[in-house]
Amino acid sequence: MEGSIFQYEFILKGLLGAVFASITAGIIGTYIVSKRMVFLSGGIAHASFGGIGIGYFYGISPVLGAAIFSILSALGIEFLSVRQKIREDSAIGILWAFGMAIGIIFIYLTPGYTPDLMSYLFGSILTVSYRDITALATMSVFLILYFGIFYRTILYISYDEQFARTYSPYVNIFKYITTALIALTIVLNIRMAGVVLVISLLTIPPNIAMIFTKVYKRIMVASVFTGFIGTSIGYSISYKAGIPTGASIIFTLTVIWILAKSVKQISVRLHTDKNL
Amino acid sequence: MSECLLELNSISFAYGSSIVLQDIDLKVYDNDFIGVIGPNGGGKTTLLKVILGLVRHQKGKIIHGKSLQDGNGIGYLPQITTGDNNFPVTVKDVVLSGLMMRKGLRSMMTTADRKKASGVIDELGLNELAGSSLNELSGGQLQRVFLGRAVIGDPRLLLLDEPGNFVDSSFENDFYDKLRLLNNRMAIMMVSHDVGTISAHIKSFACVNRKLHYHPSSEITNEDLVAYGCPIQLITHGEVPHTVLKKH
Repeated sequence: MEGSIFQYEFILKGLLGAVFASITAGIIGTYIVSKRMVFLSGGIAHASFGGIGIGYFYGISPVLGAAIFSILSALGIEFLSVRQKIREDSAIGILWAFGMAIGIIFIYLTPGYTPDLMSYLFGSILTVSYRDITALATMSVFLILYFGIFYRTILYISYDEQFARTYSPYVNIFKYITTALIALTIVLNIRMAGVVLVISLLTIPPNIAMIFTKVYKRIMVASVFTGFIGTSIGYSISYKAGIPTGASIIFTLTVIWILAKSVKQISVRLHTDKNL
Repeated sequence: MSECLLELNSISFAYGSSIVLQDIDLKVYDNDFIGVIGPNGGGKTTLLKVILGLVRHQKGKIIHGKSLQDGNGIGYLPQITTGDNNFPVTVKDVVLSGLMMRKGLRSMMTTADRKKASGVIDELGLNELAGSSLNELSGGQLQRVFLGRAVIGDPRLLLLDEPGNFVDSSFENDFYDKLRLLNNRMAIMMVSHDVGTISAHIKSFACVNRKLHYHPSSEITNEDLVAYGCPIQLITHGEVPHTVLKKH
């Protein structure tokens, strides 16, 4: 009986987690992939480990620590690159390793054993709390509203920032808000996929979607659905095989991506053969 | 009778310590067609950016005329594509973005807006490409898309930065005819180094090489150039439009 309650919990958490992870990762993923911010986002994900370490050390929630740390580092990079004072990719590379270093230092300084450290690195649904899921759900609602209401404003700023500046004084504000949302989305999804793998949760679904459509809106919606399929399959595998959730989700998504690419390639070839 | 749309009052601008524009005075009237010429690095593009507010001048004053304030603002065709051509955005979306200047933050596009975009796309001969993404287009087609974006909002002033760079020869005549038609509705400032191509269409010249020298008619005499000291080609414009190429 105990087993079935546990199982029910596990399935419910997994399902809810998959739904909200897919919504947040699909929307933000479309933004970062089309704006070529994948490297920046990977940097933010790894830098957030510094916040996790600080959280452990001071006994506050590691997620909260990671959220503050990653939002500040993301805004810092954005601010410096707006001012064009830095080489952005170098700054990201430095921040990436610096965050990890801070995390490792603080975790080693923390007395005692840090039980769910592995889950932060590679993701584990077992340690996901209902509070985490509520946070992801709130984020989903917020992102849907934000991108729904300001769709064209965000689309055009991210497509051609300089032209947007000719008609809008709000370009930087939108950039900063969206960057903060990227950081938050990454941190909230770390519970699902882990620091090391979360970036793929954001980048693979839009890349699958972009094989079939080039319309921004459709890429977002398709990413959410592909993300959900990949996450649920990966999640089931992780449950059956007893492997970390993050790893099996990313593995599943990558297989879907390869399959989608192949299907597209074959259909294009068949089409050209017919026309020749 | 003609209204002054824009007035630049001793504008100076520097990137760091290097002065790019110095004491620029210019008035743009509502039926002007000003050719902005000058050597590379002379500040032509920067002048447009100052007018657009993309960079902030350190000295001087820009006065926007009444119709530029409550009208539809300034249309802009940049010299180089500033957006990413691999970005997932369609031709129609890009043209529609030209309407953003009169939209609020919520920026919903109405059926009328979409119809207008279709009309502009049609006029530019891009009908079959309306749903295409930008990486499927040739350089000339791209340039037309950006022209569409610049004019869809019916601006009172149109700024063109080296539009001749990408325009394919099959469209070149159409392009300049189109500009002449647009000039009935809006003032045009066109940056170009290709003086030969534009001289026939221009009503006046502004020669920019850190300082600005304005020629009310499209006639530049040798004395102007000597006094001004900029190494450009010499243009005259008589009964029959022609260029005299001469280094000095």
